[in-house]
Amino acid sequence: MSSHNESILREPLVTGKDITYAKVTDDILLPVENKPNKAWWIGFIIAALGAMLWVVSVGYTFWTGIGAWGLNKTVGWAWDITDFVWWVGIGHAGTLISAVLLLFRQNWRNSINRSAEAMTIFAVICAATYVVAHMGRPWLAYWIFPLPNQFGSLWVNFNSPLVWDAFAISTYFTVSLVFWYCGLLPDIATVRDRATGLKRKIYKVLSFGWNGSVKTWQRFEIVSLILAGISTPLVLSVHTIVSMDFATSVIPGWHTTIFPPYFVAGAIFSGFAMVQTLLLILRKVMNFENYITMFHIESMNKIIMVTGSIVGIAYLTELFIAWYSGSEYEMYAFANRIAGPYAWAYWAMMTCNVISPQLFWFKKIRTSIPISWVLSIVVNIGMWFERFVIIVTSLHRDYLPSSWAMFYPTWVDVGIFIGSIGLFFTLFLLFLRFLPSIAIAEVKLLLKSASLQQKTKLAQEGVFPDEQVKYFQNSLEKYDSVSEEDIKALDVRK
Amino acid sequence: MSNTKYILGSFADPDEMMHGIDKLQANNIGIYDCFTPMPIHGIEDKLGVKPSRLPIAAFCFGALGTCLGFSLLYYTMAYDWPMNIGGKPSLPLPNFVPVTFEVTILLCALGMVATFFFRNHLFPGRAPRVMDLRASDDRFVIAIDARENTDHTLIESLLKDAGAVEVKYNERKYVSYE
Repeated sequence: MSSHNESILREPLVTGKDITYAKVTDDILLPVENKPNKAWWIGFIIAALGAMLWVVSVGYTFWTGIGAWGLNKTVGWAWDITDFVWWVGIGHAGTLISAVLLLFRQNWRNSINRSAEAMTIFAVICAATYVVAHMGRPWLAYWIFPLPNQFGSLWVNFNSPLVWDAFAISTYFTVSLVFWYCGLLPDIATVRDRATGLKRKIYKVLSFGWNGSVKTWQRFEIVSLILAGISTPLVLSVHTIVSMDFATSVIPGWHTTIFPPYFVAGAIFSGFAMVQTLLLILRKVMNFENYITMFHIESMNKIIMVTGSIVGIAYLTELFIAWYSGSEYEMYAFANRIAGPYAWAYWAMMTCNVISPQLFWFKKIRTSIPISWVLSIVVNIGMWFERFVIIVTSLHRDYLPSSWAMFYPTWVDVGIFIGSIGLFFTLFLLFLRFLPSIAIAEVKLLLKSASLQQKTKLAQEGVFPDEQVKYFQNSLEKYDSVSEEDIKALDVRK
Repeated sequence: MSNTKYILGSFADPDEMMHGIDKLQANNIGIYDCFTPMPIHGIEDKLGVKPSRLPIAAFCFGALGTCLGFSLLYYTMAYDWPMNIGGKPSLPLPNFVPVTFEVTILLCALGMVATFFFRNHLFPGRAPRVMDLRASDDRFVIAIDARENTDHTLIESLLKDAGAVEVKYNERKYVSYE
């Protein structure tokens, strides 16, 4: 059934008064059906400038070669792979929200999955550009794939994790895109049926002729469920394989078996931080406070805290195992991280990733929007440093002390990194403008079960015991979108 | 003789629509289809729609992916040009797991979604077979074939009793998007 009485002990996922199916559509399509506001334009211009910086820096790299970067013969991987792993990691939260939370039937995913999946796709695009750029001769990038060729058909080496990575990232991108677009079809049809003229024609093509019949919805739900089921092991495999780029090498500090779970936890950690960064702004600018509620923010903060703790344990385990291994090189690699010339980066990572998420144990902090936003940025910075520490500190003092060196980025390194953030935000802002940024159909599913309006109605009819209603009222106090009167309305009995 | 092809009962609430289906079926009135802005759970059983066989398709495509992925690796690494890479075996099965897995997932996803699009006639530019424009917004629509079910006054009263906010008599089957 479309509606059943959900327990009042569960916090509402949709707040606001007089919520109807029509109002949900109107609210969510507001940015799509109207001209963008000033905030959007300012954001878009800044992001587009960043994207132009990206074009210039990448163009310069392609023209002159990767000698334009600060690499030297000791440090052969630095910002390129740091940024690549950072972006791939960020992408993982989208799949986690859309797939894993679907399998666990966590309904709070319904209002955040669309934008999180869009974030995944744009983050993977940013990541993929580094893979191509760091190859040095990007016009030969297709050599990573096993294509019949002119060299006596010499094939790629399938023992290499770099080849696995090419398969993993391209599969991940394709499957995420398909998952995202399938989910968009019903919502594009909604835009189509409300639009006129040229806009209707464009959305008609994009909607693939969706009509919302019984059989369409039935197959749609099956497709979503199976895509979620296969995306879950996929997302775990992707970052596992990314970590194997390092773990299968013989470099001290990289050659560790803890890498796959540690990288996956770090990916979820940084990805949720980025979702938090984006959604806190999105809900404010787009007036989505009733759909992305304090419950969503608090839940995401809890996930950030858990994954942050896993990452913290992984850091300590790494240190312990380095000591316990008795290997001189392994021990030196970690001593060098803690107290060497890059100690500042190591301690920045430790502070941002291990200490700062522990603040979320305090309810006041995890339900405060400004602090959550600042901490989400801190986590993003920390996770960038984590990859920098792993990559550069392991490389810069290798087996031969005479070749020890430091890494200094050039303007091109910095330009590509800042530019990729610009590219990401350009794509994200275009998405907000042209596609529904909350899954309309999925939010409509919540109206008759998990909305504050429905729960208030049932409470007023006396369906629930009074002490449960009291508990519910207490849990509403943290909501910024629920007023005192709304809470008092629950005491009325009809 | 009217030219009505389809009668549409338009509901503002999914539960009322389900109630409408019950009432129509109790009077032996066949339902052509329902159009809703969101999935309605349990409606398939009511309308006698069979469970989807897409999971079978997904499994077959996944199995095909496993075979193709492994064949590719076997052909390139062990058959066509086996290389001596540090004296390691040319058929290192553990090293074949990641790529075989990725190809399995890729083919499973693409094959299943392609089957879904093919069976539902979804493709870019397809003319939408939509009967009521508001069925993608805030209306839950029951469509009844007006030629097969001739007692139109009974249908209208049943729909209205169940809570339909509007009953439409459409002379065209689908809405024109031109």
